[in-house]
Amino acid sequence: MSRSKLSDLLVEEVTEYEYIRETYGKTLVELGSIYPELVVLDSDLTVSTKTNLFGKRFPERFFTMGVSEQDMMATAAGFALYGKIPFASTFAVFATGRAWEHVRQSIAFPNLNVKIVATHAGVTVGEDGATHQALEDIALMRVLPNMTVIVPADAVETEAVIRTIIDRKGPTYVRLARAKFPTIFKKSYKFEVGKAPILREGKHVAIFASGIMVSEALNAAKLLEKEGIGASVANVSTIKPIDVQTIVELARMTGAVVTAEDHNVVGGLGGAVSEVLS
Amino acid sequence: MFKRTNDIEVLEDTARRVRIHLLKALHNAKSGHTGGSLSSVEILVALYFSVLRHDPSNPRWEGRDRFVLSKGHGVPALYSVLAHAGYFPIDELMTLRKPESRLQGHPEYNLDIGIEATTGSLGHGLSAANGMALAAKIDGRDIRVYALLSDGELQEGATWEAITTSAYRKLDNLCAIVDRNRFQNDGAMAEIKDIEPVPDKWRAFGWRVEVLPDGHDFPSLLSAFRKAKRTKGRPFVIIANTIKGKGISIFENQGKYHGVAPTDEELKIALSELGGGGLI
Repeated sequence: MSRSKLSDLLVEEVTEYEYIRETYGKTLVELGSIYPELVVLDSDLTVSTKTNLFGKRFPERFFTMGVSEQDMMATAAGFALYGKIPFASTFAVFATGRAWEHVRQSIAFPNLNVKIVATHAGVTVGEDGATHQALEDIALMRVLPNMTVIVPADAVETEAVIRTIIDRKGPTYVRLARAKFPTIFKKSYKFEVGKAPILREGKHVAIFASGIMVSEALNAAKLLEKEGIGASVANVSTIKPIDVQTIVELARMTGAVVTAEDHNVVGGLGGAVSEVLS
Repeated sequence: MFKRTNDIEVLEDTARRVRIHLLKALHNAKSGHTGGSLSSVEILVALYFSVLRHDPSNPRWEGRDRFVLSKGHGVPALYSVLAHAGYFPIDELMTLRKPESRLQGHPEYNLDIGIEATTGSLGHGLSAANGMALAAKIDGRDIRVYALLSDGELQEGATWEAITTSAYRKLDNLCAIVDRNRFQNDGAMAEIKDIEPVPDKWRAFGWRVEVLPDGHDFPSLLSAFRKAKRTKGRPFVIIANTIKGKGISIFENQGKYHGVAPTDEELKIALSELGGGGLI
């Protein structure tokens, strides 16, 4: 049994654990100096989403919208219609659930340049309980026309995603979480919308993972290797548009597919991969 | 730049022609919102022919004032006004509601034809207008933003989120207009879910309020828009009391024409009342 091939995108060993929402906040601050048209909106969760970092540095371009998620989304649409680049943030459950119809009509249909970056998605929210554990948000955003859906796997990818989407016109949903994520990528990691990099190659089974489950999938692949099972792991950080080619190739090569995500399989990565392979 | 006018006779004749063509378009489409289009005509004509700084030959001009039709179902009136202002040929109104048409049943963002925002689901438009007004303020540009709301739309919770934002942000470059025709889809608002006292509610939310007893009277509309422009430190709302189905005797104050297009017979009556017989 030959050892599985590891991608050179990965760090040799995980030593750092980071809040990817903090990476988001810091990246916004850096982009604020470069992009005068960047504006940030938040509906009363600025400390949790880390948009407060941008607010401290650029108060004239930071808008606290209060507990009014629907108003926030349509206001962001107005900013985009004028020509600004709005980033709107709150918890995933509110951004996609409470404000869904505002996102649909005012942002997705007219294909506006609004970036929705939601935090606290998935069961990793933990103690706040089931009401706050968004497990449907990917499904809700994925069905919308024009909407790009991205789930970064660690802090390095989060920064790369934010820096990429600010230059890429169109509505985008970025899903972040509350918990600390192990940093799995080297600083040189390059993110490309719609590409699912293969992080590990093995010929018996393909694991398609997103978000925090990418590091878990890599751990699982290591354990499987000890049992003589070669597992491929792909980081499907762009859920839409999904990387059909990589998914089909890995499925063909291995003949066995597993998906891993912190979200409902229905409408989530599991559903998306099934649609590709059906 | 579009040549604006304060000539009341010109505005009244424009309103008459706008009505003729929106009714022909609705009749041809065989569906659409007749009552709430007719109630908005003078408000829209006042805006596009007298108040807004805009240029139909350069609809992407960055310095233009912005208008958001939050009551998207009233768009036949807006299309007719935009066509008469020169954004697109009046003939194109006959494509209203056709699958391939730029003139969809509810407005879709398309600056080519002067549509500034996608609306139709109520409770979105004022928020979008707030975003535009805030953006203009950041840039320090003298751009004014106008949003036309229906009174039924005041039953939407999200509308009040937006009303709160405009006041908190002191958007004195924003003017909202409420087309207060007192009917909604299912009938008279007073019998469905009354929203009075409308002016007091806006005042309590921090807006300067101007109530127009007759929202079809051009001199009072123009005077209210001038007041709005002079107001500093607060957003301004014009509550325009209007008549649903205004201008056509058989449609006036008839709730059933909210979402119904004129029949052949009704169009004939309407056009004869508008003096548009020769245009059939």
